[in-house]
Amino acid sequence: MERPAPHAPASGSTLPSHTGWLRRHLRVYAALWRNAVTREMTFKTNFLLWIVVELLWFALQLCFIGVLYLHTESIGTWTKWQVVLLVGTSHFIQEIFQAFFLINCANLSELVRTGKLDFLLLLPANSRFLVSLRQVDLGSFVNAATALVVMGYAVHQLGLELTAGRLLAFSALCLCGILVHYSLMFLLASVSFWTVKAQGIVWGYYNLFQLARMPDEAFRGLFRVVFTFVFPVLLVTNVPVRVLAEKLDSPFWPCLLVLLAAGCLAVSEWGWRISLRRYTSASS
Amino acid sequence: MNPALSSSPLDLRPASSRQAAAAALRKYRQVVALGIQNHLAYRFNFLARVLFSLIPLTALLMLWRTIYAGQPEGDTVSGYTLPQMLAYYLVAAWVNALTAVTEDDWQIAADIRDGNINHLLAKPLDYLGYRLCLFFSGRIIYAGVALLPLILYVWLAGVPVHVPTNPATWICFLVSLVLTALLQFFISFALAMLAFWVLEVSTFIFIVYAFEYIASGHLFPLDILPETLRRLLPWTPFPYELYFPVSIYLEKTTGPDLWQGLALQTGWVAAGWALARWAWHRGLRRYGAVGG
Repeated sequence: MERPAPHAPASGSTLPSHTGWLRRHLRVYAALWRNAVTREMTFKTNFLLWIVVELLWFALQLCFIGVLYLHTESIGTWTKWQVVLLVGTSHFIQEIFQAFFLINCANLSELVRTGKLDFLLLLPANSRFLVSLRQVDLGSFVNAATALVVMGYAVHQLGLELTAGRLLAFSALCLCGILVHYSLMFLLASVSFWTVKAQGIVWGYYNLFQLARMPDEAFRGLFRVVFTFVFPVLLVTNVPVRVLAEKLDSPFWPCLLVLLAAGCLAVSEWGWRISLRRYTSASS
Repeated sequence: MNPALSSSPLDLRPASSRQAAAAALRKYRQVVALGIQNHLAYRFNFLARVLFSLIPLTALLMLWRTIYAGQPEGDTVSGYTLPQMLAYYLVAAWVNALTAVTEDDWQIAADIRDGNINHLLAKPLDYLGYRLCLFFSGRIIYAGVALLPLILYVWLAGVPVHVPTNPATWICFLVSLVLTALLQFFISFALAMLAFWVLEVSTFIFIVYAFEYIASGHLFPLDILPETLRRLLPWTPFPYELYFPVSIYLEKTTGPDLWQGLALQTGWVAAGWALARWAWHRGLRRYGAVGG
């Protein structure tokens, strides 16, 4: 593998300043991107097939909504095209998350099991940065684009007026959603420090985040409380879509999403540090 | 490796055919015992799987409750009342726990890719039979692990699940259940055979899985589909991978439809078996024994 110049440079200043740190990590990240492109081009068919797989599953979700709305006019107050917008947005958020983080989180248990984590810990860069962003999944950007097309079509069907402010708020909230995805998945992956064989992590993730594409009004009681306040998957997509589709009943929800995204990130950092302390490497 | 396997009388050379059958039975019983031991190591993995799968299940149940709540009292969706609709998902969860392939396809593909089948080829074991025994033992452990959480869940969900009283329904259901498991296994086995030709089989597995997911009734009972699709689907293998046994249990499929369905299901199982066998023999012919 191409080595992302670990000793990259302290050319000029000898004191590790913030901008120096940032510039170094950006350089490392650029090298990781070059790696990703090389890798994808080596297995072209596989790259294309994965895009087909994701497209199929997206189509399947849309079919499900189509079938449901053959039998009903609305789910709570959610109409058909609003739910299509919801499914599209959920897919978009998920694909962007997948592009940057998913494989890396899923691979963490393997790094722990084989002891390869040692190498990453030894590199002169932030270890969470390396573990989280080591690989880039380029195919996911293609799928995120198809999600954007579906979202655009739903917006057109709903006759929504997109103002700059609303789009900006929508994007910012989507970003928070991606952070929630990442933090929860990273937390799940950190569990692999305890139960070394944690293949179930990705499986768990998919089950949990299926909720993100369902209209929040379908849920009640303890279930809704848990998946709103503790694992905020019900906010991840519903809040930005409500903003975009003019369905927001109170500014409380966007504020909550922003707060909880920050909270999840903090908790996952705490979990990561505790986990690392427990890491004893594996015999090689 | 496991002492159970190495001490088993694998190389018996029986004189009569009856002895041969008895020896084969003993041999594969050993494989099942071995499989049970191996799968027991994954019991927490299985438990996590069961518990996580309850999240989307709960979500679907709540989604339907909301849909029914928005409609006039006593309305049905394609002949399903609300309790029947909810019962469909609960029975489907059971059937799925008893028949679904979890890791078998990945393991078979990995066996081929990494050359692990070499030592199995050298033994007087039929690989398809060997994997079927392992699949069977996996289902026993999985169902055992799923039993308590699922019973608790059905009880807590407060859905009145109808229990058929007609013994004929039960017999047909159980027969169909076994056929469903076999069909799922043969399809997975045949798909995993692709590992003889390509390095990465997971994309193919996920593509087929997508079709299975929607067309076999994981997301909704197939009766709520538009008429044309509903007529077409029974001729494909998909409904026999989940929907069919569930509909027998719920007594949605009765009379001539039931017999026709069982005949078609048997036909698809035979076709799946033939495909699995054929792919295995074709694959072996170009097998290079990587990793030896």
